[in-house]
Amino acid sequence: MLQRLEHLLGIEDLTREQISFILDQAKPFQEFQRHPLKKLATLRGKTVALAFFESSTRTRISFATAAARLGADTMNLQAESSSLKKGESLLDTVRTLEAMRPDGIVIRHSSSGAPEFIAQRLGIPIVNAGDGTHEHPTQALLDALTIRDRKGKLEGWNLTIVGDILHSRVARSNIHLLSKFGVRITLCGPAMWVPRELESLASNLRRVPRIEEALDGADAIIALRVQTERLHEPALAAEEYILRYQLTPRRLKLARPDALVLHPGPMIRGLEIDDAVADGPQSCVLEQVTNGLAIRMALLYHLVGGAPVENTAADKVPDKVQ
Amino acid sequence: MGSPARPRVQVIGPSRIPTGFRSAAPTLCVRMMRQMRVVEKRQLLSADEIGRTLQRLAHEIVEKSGGTKDLALIGVRRRGVPLSERLAKTIRTSSGVDIPVGTIDITLYRDDLSTVGPQPVVHSNEINFPVDDRDLVIVDDVLYTGRTIRAAMNGLFDLGRPKRIRLCVLIDRGHREMPIEASFVGSHVQTSDTEIVEVHLKEVDGDERVVLVDRVP
Repeated sequence: MLQRLEHLLGIEDLTREQISFILDQAKPFQEFQRHPLKKLATLRGKTVALAFFESSTRTRISFATAAARLGADTMNLQAESSSLKKGESLLDTVRTLEAMRPDGIVIRHSSSGAPEFIAQRLGIPIVNAGDGTHEHPTQALLDALTIRDRKGKLEGWNLTIVGDILHSRVARSNIHLLSKFGVRITLCGPAMWVPRELESLASNLRRVPRIEEALDGADAIIALRVQTERLHEPALAAEEYILRYQLTPRRLKLARPDALVLHPGPMIRGLEIDDAVADGPQSCVLEQVTNGLAIRMALLYHLVGGAPVENTAADKVPDKVQ
Repeated sequence: MGSPARPRVQVIGPSRIPTGFRSAAPTLCVRMMRQMRVVEKRQLLSADEIGRTLQRLAHEIVEKSGGTKDLALIGVRRRGVPLSERLAKTIRTSSGVDIPVGTIDITLYRDDLSTVGPQPVVHSNEINFPVDDRDLVIVDDVLYTGRTIRAAMNGLFDLGRPKRIRLCVLIDRGHREMPIEASFVGSHVQTSDTEIVEVHLKEVDGDERVVLVDRVP
């Protein structure tokens, strides 16, 4: 059964079936990454607007590469050069983009809900590439794909997320996604970053302040990037974070022997993660990058490809399709 | 969690599409199938005849290839896949050689994607050998417009540079829209363009026969 999405705004509203469908559809695109000739004409003539109101390197390159490999063209809007700096409103900026007739917009914005705001006002598919502290759905999908590939399934594992959960849209999307598959989630980090309110995100979720206890029995660990600007005395010094929460080989031994280590990147080695863990056999960070491309190709294929909905009415389908 | 499906989610129906319709949009097919009655006109091949035809095709492929050294079969999803496996099995029994068999999915190479609404589901290719300098035989059930084969060839070119590509089909029903012909044909059938050739194979459909059906408005 095929379920069509119009936009990808977040994981929270997706059903388990829709998520599984997207993960399954990424498989052929994983295989495609190994082709000697990585260029399809599937989306030839389509244009994807990449509207990154917040700076991004890896996510933007990943979406741009996914679009290019499907044969689509891209229009780039970057925070640094954006007219937002000149005082234009978000809606005016995206309406200007829309007037150039792209077939879809990939948006990253520092305000939670910006993609949904745009989706309600424009008539083309919107893909959320990260909005404020709300969601980063493609990251959660590629994390789920990585876990499913390495472990054979998603259901029933113990996942530990370490770091600044409160400000992390990656954590939020991952919690929404994995809890739908019955994954037991443990959140670990300094108390100010793991408030009690997070417990309402999912039923199978607990907060554990000590990393040693949080890692016990974990099948997968997501180490979040620590934004150094949030680390300051007296609340929490970097040295203290390293001492109490850095993912080190010794701490990793407390998890299951085959536990996976994921990181959304960019990694700050020596802060949230130790070199030996980042480069160790349990680390999936590079697979995550490759899987991100596959997930984004699958999404662009299904969201941006095909005729616009209003053109597919029976009377408008050309006689000679078959 | 457990929230009901949102109204913007559309659920698309059954996926069993008659052979010869593959080049058309699945949604269009489903829509058309709902609007029309389909009447079986006659059986073109029985299970026994399919078996004998494949035996003959397997022999022809070996005979006309001048050796099996570089030979490989590529089944086009879906019904070309069991056919290619059966051909390889016959060749193994008669000549004692194992011919590599791969599977290709043409979805990403279709030429009608920009005209259809919901995009069709993509499947993986399974070609676990280099195609460079190979003597490839594409295997499919029905040759109709030729568009599927054009798409399959495009897919193969993305994997490398084969030495030669030929085509083997169980049924050639005419009505070509591309300059494509098969090197190995099980059976030529005269059809009108309202007719559909349905190939049923036990691996995919549970039963085994080829029938000609007609669309009645």
